Amino acid sequence: MKRINIAPITRLEGHGKITLFVDDQGDVANAYFQVPEFRGFEAFCEGRPVEEMPRITQRICGVCPTAHHMAAAKAADAVYGLTPPINGLRIRELVYSAFCCGDHATHFYILGGPDFLVGPDAPAAERNILGIVAKVGAQAGKRVIRHLAEAHEVLSLLGGRFVHPVLALPGGVAKAVTPEMQQRLIEIGESAVEFGTFTMGIWRDAILGNDQFRDMIMGQTYYHQTHSMGLVDENNLVNFYDGHVRVVDVEGNEVARYAPADYRDHVAEHVEPWSYLKFPYLRKFGWKGLTDGMESGIYRATPLGRLNAADGMATPLAQEAYEEFYDYMGGKPVHATLATHWARAIELLYAAERQLELAKHPELTDPNIRIIHEAAMGGPSEGIGTVEAPRGTLTHHYITDEQGIVQKANLIVGTTNNHGAICMSIKKAAQELIGGGREITQGLLNRVEMAFRAYDPCLGCATHSLPGQMDLEVSVIGPDGELMARLVRDEPGV
Amino acid sequence: MDKLKLAVYWAAACGGCDIAIVELGEHLLELAQVADIVFWPAAMDFKVQDVEGYDDGFIDVTLFNGAIRTSEDAHIAELLRRKSKVLVAFGSCATEGCIPALANIKGAEHGLRRAFLESPSTDNADGVMPQTRFAMPEGEITLPTMSRQLRTLEQVVPVDYEIRGCPPHYEQIWKAMTAVIENKLPPRGSILGVDTLTVCNQCPRTREGKIRVERFYRPHEILPDPEQCFLEQGLICAGPATHAGCGALCINAEMPCRGCYGPPAGIADQGAELLDAIVSGFEGESDEEIKRVLSTIVDPVGTLYRFSLAGSYLQELRMDNEASGLPVESQSDGDGEGHDLHGSTG
Repeated sequence: MKRINIAPITRLEGHGKITLFVDDQGDVANAYFQVPEFRGFEAFCEGRPVEEMPRITQRICGVCPTAHHMAAAKAADAVYGLTPPINGLRIRELVYSAFCCGDHATHFYILGGPDFLVGPDAPAAERNILGIVAKVGAQAGKRVIRHLAEAHEVLSLLGGRFVHPVLALPGGVAKAVTPEMQQRLIEIGESAVEFGTFTMGIWRDAILGNDQFRDMIMGQTYYHQTHSMGLVDENNLVNFYDGHVRVVDVEGNEVARYAPADYRDHVAEHVEPWSYLKFPYLRKFGWKGLTDGMESGIYRATPLGRLNAADGMATPLAQEAYEEFYDYMGGKPVHATLATHWARAIELLYAAERQLELAKHPELTDPNIRIIHEAAMGGPSEGIGTVEAPRGTLTHHYITDEQGIVQKANLIVGTTNNHGAICMSIKKAAQELIGGGREITQGLLNRVEMAFRAYDPCLGCATHSLPGQMDLEVSVIGPDGELMARLVRDEPGV
Repeated sequence: MDKLKLAVYWAAACGGCDIAIVELGEHLLELAQVADIVFWPAAMDFKVQDVEGYDDGFIDVTLFNGAIRTSEDAHIAELLRRKSKVLVAFGSCATEGCIPALANIKGAEHGLRRAFLESPSTDNADGVMPQTRFAMPEGEITLPTMSRQLRTLEQVVPVDYEIRGCPPHYEQIWKAMTAVIENKLPPRGSILGVDTLTVCNQCPRTREGKIRVERFYRPHEILPDPEQCFLEQGLICAGPATHAGCGALCINAEMPCRGCYGPPAGIADQGAELLDAIVSGFEGESDEEIKRVLSTIVDPVGTLYRFSLAGSYLQELRMDNEASGLPVESQSDGDGEGHDLHGSTG
């Protein structure tokens, strides 16, 4: 049995490695996706005051700090039994929408996009944002930069800073919106909606308009039937900030709809001794190993999972895009992993529209944004807060003493939900693409990596752990452990 | 003139420092005019093997973010030290350990137990724990071991400059990069991209110079006066013990400072400095009264040393404990799988 190591894998956030075992016929016998990192945030949250969790847990990830910030604030609200005033919640959701809108753009244009917009087999040196600028034009490139800068501006206006904002604390938010600020938030919201429409156009023209990509999206290499999970509002429409968790099975039937505080009744985490990342699964189905289908407990909580789990989008342009998506893909649910990129673009548009809607709200400048915790706590407390992080359903769960000091913390983060599905996707792509005597090229290896990239994995988050470098190297080790070949990304002709 | 050669690396980091560099926006394009980036894993496909191929001193300036947690981190730190004329500890993790250094209070094993055995959603009746080597039917697969304590970059290799912040503010990053581009770097050992004195000097709030509160409050317990110093209202604010540079970002968002820009110039221990600043605010009060009010600060270590535990005197104490023979992996171990992440170095 030969071994191929892909370590570390690239254009994702965090550390991951892939080990492929190749049999004597040159086919992939098995593929293991491992997460070789662990930082242990759960443990060192212990002893900290729960109101500091929004500012501490965001250091799990500097790419999606706002998701941790909001989930922690919601859990801390619950610990103290505080319901923020309506305008405090509105400001949180406005900021969170701006964050999601910027974060999805980061993946679409910088991390995942180069595979489509520059091409899966393009030279590695061009498969990056600069390559995209070269391909779609400087004008469009500047539009992307402006969109990111405007998302940053919203976070800075209300949270002080883009990376690790500070607005939310138990009971609401710290800073009110002035009329001048509201005017600017509306301008940025309008710009974001226009950018969302622009991005849908890029998807249609550059990606669906290309036969190669369409075949990749619709084909079997990147296809798994899994259950789907996402947060929905009272009308079962996608919501990022609040709502109920809804789960539909592989055929699209609702199998669970629960308040986030009940997550333990529905989700459990399996431990494998060969990874620092756990494997969540649906209790209803149980852990059946790394296998898809109706009987498996594996689910996906991705942009695609969220669209599958919901009945639609709460804003008009996103709803149109949602209908177009399912028409094109042949109905619900969709299981084509690469269609996750399309779903992400639809969610970007939704986040933009939602951001604008909230920015325009006539009571956004209401100064009643926070309530104070006055009464002493009656005893130990507990709080669970869930948001939809860009990469999946994010849950923070704190158990505190009677002073609100964290005794235990449990975090199930976006990417972790998808761990089982990511493993299966990599294995299947490797088995479909490698073997049959085909030469292993850089482009082929990149196509294996595209299987995980669709999930926009954030492994720093997943392990609350230490993201590392993202270069790619593949070593082929023979049966006796000898190095048979080493492939590195920018050596031509390997 | 030859273009400058720059490198950016992340070790045990959250990615926020890399995002802060991306926040340079169009300045990045200016930078690209005068400098080639020869290694930046977050944005480019250069590999450790490429870096190994460079001559020693080939890289003019390396911005190194993230703390040192594994032997892998230490190995790359040593490699980049050798290849770089100037090595900059970039951001709070590299300079002081940042929030992840709070793990040093209880150690790595505690973290593993909590996550894999004791979390309320974990289904692990058999007590399965991650193994550094595991035999699969097809062959063995491996994981690296964690080191016992998280360290700063300077605790591993000599460092020429620091850029502070969690993350550094992009305007300060640009200021530092301008000094690099114009060849106007200050003497080695300086802190780049900061302003003079402390966050208090950039704070818009008014200060009387004395603290007269009956107790300290927690942020969710009071609605603070918007004009008055947080500390003087009884809300812990690290401003007086924090280097100026951010422009008081959090305070301008109506939240007290937690100290991410590290101690002011010439101060080694930020927590001790903050405690000192608080105590001097009570000047004139009796020792008993001061002690009583101080006792209302919850989680003193996690508050006073929120960002700086690994770089503090407390870290030294901790290291002494380890040397005294606790049954835990020492700083220098933790190889485990070691260099496996980079086949080229193993």
